[in-house]
Amino acid sequence: MQTLLRTPLYERHVALGARLVPFAGWEMPVQYEGVIPEHRAVRNNAGVFDVSHMGELEVEGLGARELLRAALSNDLDRIGPGGAQYTLLTNEQGGIVDDLIVYERDPERFLLIVNASNRELDFEWLRQQEAPGAELRDVSDDHALLAVQGPNALERLGLPRAPAFTFAGGEIDGIDCVVNRTGYTGEEGVELLVPTGRAAELWDRILDRGVVPCGLGARDTLRLEVCYPLHGNDIGPETDAISAGLGWVCALDEEFTGAEELRRIKEAGPERKLAAFVMEESGIPRQGMTIAEGGAVTSGSHSPMLGRGIGLGYVPAELAQPGSELTIDVRGRSRRARVVKKPIFSREET
Amino acid sequence: MAVAESYPDDLRYHPEHDWARLEGGEAVFGITWFAQDALGELVHFEPPEEGATLTKDQSYAEVESVKAVTDVIAPLSGEVLEVNGAVTEAPETVNEDPYGAGWLVRVRLTEPTEVESLLDPDAYKQHLADS
Repeated sequence: MQTLLRTPLYERHVALGARLVPFAGWEMPVQYEGVIPEHRAVRNNAGVFDVSHMGELEVEGLGARELLRAALSNDLDRIGPGGAQYTLLTNEQGGIVDDLIVYERDPERFLLIVNASNRELDFEWLRQQEAPGAELRDVSDDHALLAVQGPNALERLGLPRAPAFTFAGGEIDGIDCVVNRTGYTGEEGVELLVPTGRAAELWDRILDRGVVPCGLGARDTLRLEVCYPLHGNDIGPETDAISAGLGWVCALDEEFTGAEELRRIKEAGPERKLAAFVMEESGIPRQGMTIAEGGAVTSGSHSPMLGRGIGLGYVPAELAQPGSELTIDVRGRSRRARVVKKPIFSREET
Repeated sequence: MAVAESYPDDLRYHPEHDWARLEGGEAVFGITWFAQDALGELVHFEPPEEGATLTKDQSYAEVESVKAVTDVIAPLSGEVLEVNGAVTEAPETVNEDPYGAGWLVRVRLTEPTEVESLLDPDAYKQHLADS
């Protein structure tokens, strides 16, 4: 049996009575009080997630920008120092090796925050690029990452507002950290990058400020309601960025790995598309369930905000339009669902 | 939402974490405190049809939390007389009151002697301690 890794907050999770589960090689809290109250805490107030399992890769040197421009799908020149960008590491087929956020510290120093399960793969992938003058380091073990999310998150932390996808040095109750204006919940909030040795102290201060501890269960339902894809479920090396609806993070007028194939797919029109749907009948869609009209569910769960089943799945392109009716095979029972505009949940419409 | 752990004396238990309350030739079935706690807040109950035939030790329904779906095992054989519509409408009722308002089905028993194979509260608690 493989030994599970533990974040610097492991003891805190145990003390809070968290239910711990294996996730991407880590022993992580899936819930504390319960997925639904934690989900609501983030939509209505503020919640904190330990996401220290995520990987941090540093790319530095005169050749760093060129390496990343060639390997990543988005146009890196659209950000400058202090800017962050959602982007994809793509293969020659336009498939998604990983999705990540790149942070430009200065024109020759970048930090990539990557999915925990792809940390080694991404490192190897970048190491094998021909990139003179770019030094690559896996600095994941040096950092913990705490995501504080929700409409009251900034107020609770005593932080001023700042534009999304920016970052700057800051401090919370005397603990220095990097304040990233990013997240995976669809709510306003920050992701705090803190040295491993101070993570537990920062966690304690954040809880003292009335922020609710939240597990990966709520993180998953929150991201699904706003249709953020999960790598390994909704996107992967076999799914291209255009079919996944991620053309907006692909600078197709630039050259990067897979750009040619992605231009071809866009030109021809993808055969299938990642659609968001809401159940019209009872039943909860789950990953792997068949869609009778073609395709399969890639993510599915119960939406705490809508009180019904929701999901994402690849369907024939002509059925990806909002309003299309789908039939999900829920363990042998045919249940109706309807394709909706993304995101599935947005505050403005409720 | 969290209620205190309990295993009432008047119920008989199945090792798959189901209970039966015997009422003459009928019985009411539900899932135990342990089962609802392990699942977390229920968000869906897929009931059997009224009139359906249930076989002891076999699945007759599904309960589902945000994270997982679980088969519900029949503690005894019988015919479904009534499904608890309150649970279909509001599955979290099971978490709030697993032995009362959170009952799942009422059945007419077809093999009443099967009751002898069920566990009393002490035996069920021992089963929980051993597993």
